[in-house]
Amino acid sequence: MSNKEIWVIAEYDDGGIKKSTWEAISAAGLLSGYLKLKPAAVILGNGIQRFTEELSKEVEIVYYIEHPLLSKYDSNAYVKCLHQLIKDKKPAIIIASATIRGKDYIPRLSGRLNYGLITDCIGFELTDNIIFKRSVYGGRLIATVKFEESELWIVTVRPRCFEYKIPLNPLLLRGTEGAVKGEILHVKPALGQQDIMTVIQEIIKETGKRPDLSEADVIVSGGRGMKGAENFKLLEDLADALGGAVGASRAVVDAGWLPHTFQIGQTGRVVSPMLYIACGISGAPQHLAGMSTSKCIVAINKDLNAPIFKIADYGIVDDLFKVVPVMIGEIKKDKNN
Amino acid sequence: MKIIVCVKEVTDTAVVLKIKVDSPEIETENLPWVINPYDEYAMEESLRLKEKHGGDITVITFGNERAENILRGCIALGADRAIRINDKSVKGRDSFVTSKILAKAIKNIGYDIILCGKESVDYGYAQTGQTIAEFLHIPCISAIKKFDVFPSNKEAACNREIEGGLEVVKCNLPAVFTAQKGLNVPRYASLSGIMKAKKMKIETLELDTLDINPSDFKPKIKITNLSYPPKRTEGKIIQGLLPDTAKELTKNLKEAGLI
Ligand SMILES: Cc1cc2nc3c(=O)[nH]c(=O)nc-3n(C[C@H](O)[C@H](O)[C@H](O)COP(=O)(O)OP(=O)(O)OC[C@H]3O[C@@H](n4cnc5c(N)ncnc54)[C@H](O)[C@@H]3O)c2cc1C
Ligand SMILES: Nc1ncnc2c1ncn2[C@@H]1O[C@H](COP(=O)(O)O)[C@@H](O)[C@H]1O
Repeated sequence: MSNKEIWVIAEYDDGGIKKSTWEAISAAGLLSGYLKLKPAAVILGNGIQRFTEELSKEVEIVYYIEHPLLSKYDSNAYVKCLHQLIKDKKPAIIIASATIRGKDYIPRLSGRLNYGLITDCIGFELTDNIIFKRSVYGGRLIATVKFEESELWIVTVRPRCFEYKIPLNPLLLRGTEGAVKGEILHVKPALGQQDIMTVIQEIIKETGKRPDLSEADVIVSGGRGMKGAENFKLLEDLADALGGAVGASRAVVDAGWLPHTFQIGQTGRVVSPMLYIACGISGAPQHLAGMSTSKCIVAINKDLNAPIFKIADYGIVDDLFKVVPVMIGEIKKDKNN
Repeated sequence: MKIIVCVKEVTDTAVVLKIKVDSPEIETENLPWVINPYDEYAMEESLRLKEKHGGDITVITFGNERAENILRGCIALGADRAIRINDKSVKGRDSFVTSKILAKAIKNIGYDIILCGKESVDYGYAQTGQTIAEFLHIPCISAIKKFDVFPSNKEAACNREIEGGLEVVKCNLPAVFTAQKGLNVPRYASLSGIMKAKKMKIETLELDTLDINPSDFKPKIKITNLSYPPKRTEGKIIQGLLPDTAKELTKNLKEAGLI
C-alpha cells in the first residue's frame, strides 16, 4: 500500500478546525504508521484557506477544495468534489468524523464510489488484518468488522474515541528548526448549480454558553428524580461550575421538562465525556446505551438498588437536592482559593 | 403523492443478548422483535403527510418471514401496501447491499417521498437512507426533526439538529428523509386497523425479479467477531452522611484530575 495516501476530511466552524477532526487525524496517524501510508487532509469550502496552515502541521498534504458553491454545505456537492479528487489521487483510506455532517454525506460517497463503509468506529485492532471496532446493539455488544477485498476503505470514527492532540501552534513553529510542514494543494472542482441538491436556509445557533454535548468534557445529567423543569437550574449551576454541559434521560424529555436535544441514550445523543454525573437517573439499558463509555461515571440516587450504581465509579445514595448544592459549594470554594 | 416507508425489524432494546458460540451473531430464539424505533417516527410522519396532502403509503422491508409482523403493524396504523423483499438468498448482507436492493425495489414501485429511520438500533450503521438516495440520484436530508411538504411546488423543508444548533434545509422532491426522535409522537393502531392488518396480504418480492447484478449482493464489509463490552468495575458507594459524602466525592474527582 505504500506511497498511497490516507485522507482525513476536515470539519471546521467559526472556532476553527473541529476537535473531532484532530481526533480523526490521530486515528489516521495510527493507521498510516502501521500501513505506511501518507497522511493527508482534505478540506472543502469557500474562503477557508486560513485553516490549511493549521492542518499542514499535522499531515503531509492538505488538499484545499475551494468553490463558491461550497460556501454552504450540501452532501451531493461534497461527494461530487471528493469523487473527482479520489479518482485522481486514489487514496487507500478515507476517514471522516461520525459527526452529524460526516454521517450525512459519507454514505452517499460510499454509494457513488461503490466502495464499502464502516461507520462510527470506536477503535482499531492492528493485526495482519486491520479490524475496526464498533459499538452495536446500543452498546450492549462490541462488533469487530473488516473490509472485504478492496482498494479503498471508507471509515467514520466516533467523536471522543481517539486521542485528541492539541494541534501545534503555527505561530510558535514559524522559523523554528525542525518545523515540518505539509504541502498545501489548491484544488478547483468542476461544480455547477445543478449539483446542489439541498439548500441550507438558516442555521439557528443555540445561544447557550455551555459546550455541546458531544464535545463536553463534563456532563451533568438529570432524570425523573429532578421532579420538574424548574429544578434543572441546580444542574445548570453544577455544570457551569465544572465548565460542562447538561443532559437528561428520556423521562425528562417525555415529561416536557427539556427538549429532545438534551436526551442521552439509545434514541438520544451518544456521549463519552471524561466525567458523567447522573442525578436522579435509574440507569435503564437505553440510557446506558448513550453514556456507558464515559471515562468516569458518578451516580447520585436515593435508591441503592438503582441499576446506575452497577456501572458507576462513584455513587452517593442520597437526595440529589441535598448532594448537588454541597458539591457546587466545594467546587466554587476551591476555585476561589 | 407516493410515499414509501422503509422499516426494519430489530430486537427489543432492553433485552439481554447472548452471543452464539460458533459465529459472530446473537442467539435469536425467544427474543422479542419490534419495529426499529426510528422507523416508527418515519411511519407516523407518512400518516400525517397522507392526512394532510393525500396519497398512498407503501411500507417495505428487506428481511425474513418473521419481519412481516412489523409490516402488519404498519398496515394497522394505515399503510396501504406492504412489501417484503425476501432476504433468503443473501448471506451476511451489509448496509450497502441492503441499500442497493431497497433502491431497486423502490424504483420499481415509484416514489415522491421516501422515509427511513435515522439509524437502526441493532447495528446502528446510520447509512441506508442516504445510500438509497445516492442510488436513486435524489436528495437526502438526514436526521430530521420537523418536516413540511409543499406539494404544489414539489418541495420539502426540514429542521435538523446539528452540533450546537438547528439547521433549516430545503430540497426538491422526490427525496429521501431519515427520521430523528422528536419528529413526532407515533400513534397507536386502532382496533379496526388491527383487524384490517390481519386480513391484508403482504406482497413478497424475490430478489431474482429485481434485475440486480449478483455482484451487488456481495457485502463489502464483514463482521468477524462479537463480544461483550468490558464490564465496568462496580465503583464505590461513598459511605457516610451529608455533607461529608458530597465533600468526599468532590475530593475524589479532584484527585482523579476530573474536575
Ligand atoms: C425504544 C426505547 C428507547 C429509549 N431510549 C431512551 C433514551 O435514549 N434515553 C433514556 O434515558 N431512556 C430511554 N428509554 C427509556 C428508558 O427505558 C427509561 O424509561 C428512562 O431512561 C428512565 O428515565 P429516568 O432514569 O430518568 O427515570 P426513572 O427510571 O423513573 O428513575 C428516576 C430515578 O430517580 C431517583 N430519584 C427520585 N428522586 C430522587 C432524589 N430526590 N434524589 C436522588 N434520586 C432520586 C429514583 O430512585 C429513580 O432511580 C427508551 C425506552 C425505549 C422503550
Ligand atoms: N432491512 C431493511 N429493510 C428496510 N429498511 C431498512 C433495512 N435496513 C435499514 N433500513 C432503513 O434504513 C434505516 C437506517 O438503517 P441503518 O443504515 O442500518 O442504520 C432504518 O431505520 C430503516 O428505515
